[in-house]
Amino acid sequence: MAPMQLKAEILRRETLAPDLIRLTFLAPDLAAAARPGQFLMLRAGAVRDPLLRRPLSIHQITTSGWVQVLFKVVGQGTRLLAALAPGQTLDVVGPLGNHFALKSGGNLCLIGGGMGIAPLYFLARELQRRNPPERVVPLLGARTAKELRPLADDFVALGLEPRLATDDGTLGHHGLVIDHLSELLVSGKPWHIYTCGPYPMMRAVVKLCREQGWHCQVSLETMMACGISACLGCAIPAAQLDGPYKHVCKDGPVFGAEEVAWL
Amino acid sequence: MALSDLDLSCRIGALTLQNPVLTASGTFGYGREFESFVNLHRLGAVVVKGISLAPRRGNPPPRVVETACGMLNAIGLENVGVERFLAEKMDYLRGMRATVIVNILGDSVEEYAELAGLLDGVAGIAAIEVNISCPNVKKGGVAFGTDPKMAAAVTKAVKGATKLPVIIKLSPNVTDIALMAKAVEAAGADAVSLINTLLGMAIDIRSRRPRLANVVGGLSGPAIKPVALRMVWQVARAVQIPVIGIGGIATAEDALEFLIAGASAIEVGTANFINPRACEDILNGIGAYLEANKMTSVRELVGSLAV
Repeated sequence: MAPMQLKAEILRRETLAPDLIRLTFLAPDLAAAARPGQFLMLRAGAVRDPLLRRPLSIHQITTSGWVQVLFKVVGQGTRLLAALAPGQTLDVVGPLGNHFALKSGGNLCLIGGGMGIAPLYFLARELQRRNPPERVVPLLGARTAKELRPLADDFVALGLEPRLATDDGTLGHHGLVIDHLSELLVSGKPWHIYTCGPYPMMRAVVKLCREQGWHCQVSLETMMACGISACLGCAIPAAQLDGPYKHVCKDGPVFGAEEVAWL
Repeated sequence: MALSDLDLSCRIGALTLQNPVLTASGTFGYGREFESFVNLHRLGAVVVKGISLAPRRGNPPPRVVETACGMLNAIGLENVGVERFLAEKMDYLRGMRATVIVNILGDSVEEYAELAGLLDGVAGIAAIEVNISCPNVKKGGVAFGTDPKMAAAVTKAVKGATKLPVIIKLSPNVTDIALMAKAVEAAGADAVSLINTLLGMAIDIRSRRPRLANVVGGLSGPAIKPVALRMVWQVARAVQIPVIGIGGIATAEDALEFLIAGASAIEVGTANFINPRACEDILNGIGAYLEANKMTSVRELVGSLAV
């Protein structure tokens, strides 16, 4: 599906936790075309500073043409997006990039940390339609309960049983989300892993998958100017270090873990 | 008056373009990247991503960083090389009936000439734009575009290797850009385009490391527009050949400033990243301005600055 550029009406702005924003906007054509793992390039208006669009993964879509993004306010660009009120318009380019390969069957595990949880919700919903709920296991981590609880609740509402972890121990396991990986090992079953989150988290996940021979799909993010493979700014090293770079916007954002270098 | 009744055409040497809105090299891929946003055949020309003799991998990441009203890039001229460009990219552009200008870059005068020779006579290529902001490897890495003699040598070599119109893309990282323009004009350039990016840098104060792996990079976007406009004005007064204005053009109003300053045409660069439809928006805006000011030809506007 070719990407489109459109002005979408903001329907809802939710502050799930301090600086954790969920924006819902109306974009039926986009919603119809979007696949889990794809991303959007967003802009609050014709502002020149900051200049560039912000790449955000698609968090959720509905059959009524609603699209959601979930993000943390980290700088001026996200602050402007967070200030959009219902009725105002959002400038959208997308859907962009490739998408997660949706598995039917097997044991599926979704491992998300922080804002990396955003694309995994859309993915979880699509996987849950194709698989029995007990075969789709989310492992979700964040800094604190305030941030994690609203996101975890959405996974529970899908009928899934997410294993949780917080850095401060206010919800779920006190520690890292990857501490839950031992549960997968104990199961003695082969797993298909989907992961998105902080680089050290994904690197640890990828290492385990390599040791166990499990297949692993990772969703990566980089600095990016255009999102449409014109600027070539989003280069990352490929697994073959002296080979051509991969580009997150075009070759990704979803990669097989074995395609890229883990430095 | 409908847009089609306006004369938007402009001349770049022997080449007549249907309108003065071009894409800046390195911001528009090989054209196809924009197929769902822009009608390529409506543009004055598509200036494709710079091509070298051999494919280039480009610089390690991070390659881009946002700065106030602009961005720095150090892509490192990543490209597929001339062979793959001709085999894989030109068919599509020909099929779209796009006017194609191929931007070329090299490490030596000989490499520029060889590239120009390979592009000469290829169906669908209307002109060559020469990026002279690259280091001359044989001369200790000094950029061709910072030395009038080296810039002239590249110009002469490229002109000798092709019958196509040759546009020399000037670097702004010089003391006197008009001097550079005159040097390439004397060496036979059919036109000059300016400005390429301004050399800049950004530092992460937490890690005290450069934000670009390459340490320095090229600044582009609205931040550089006043500098670019000043340089276009200076060059347009100094040479007889057509000038193509580049630098921070994001709207029709920006483009009109460059035309009034003396540019016969303009290239849209970084704006393509933010508004993939920028080129067509700017084209429509120029038409609307001419109409509102009861002008029939864009050429009435070129160099009309009243000082």
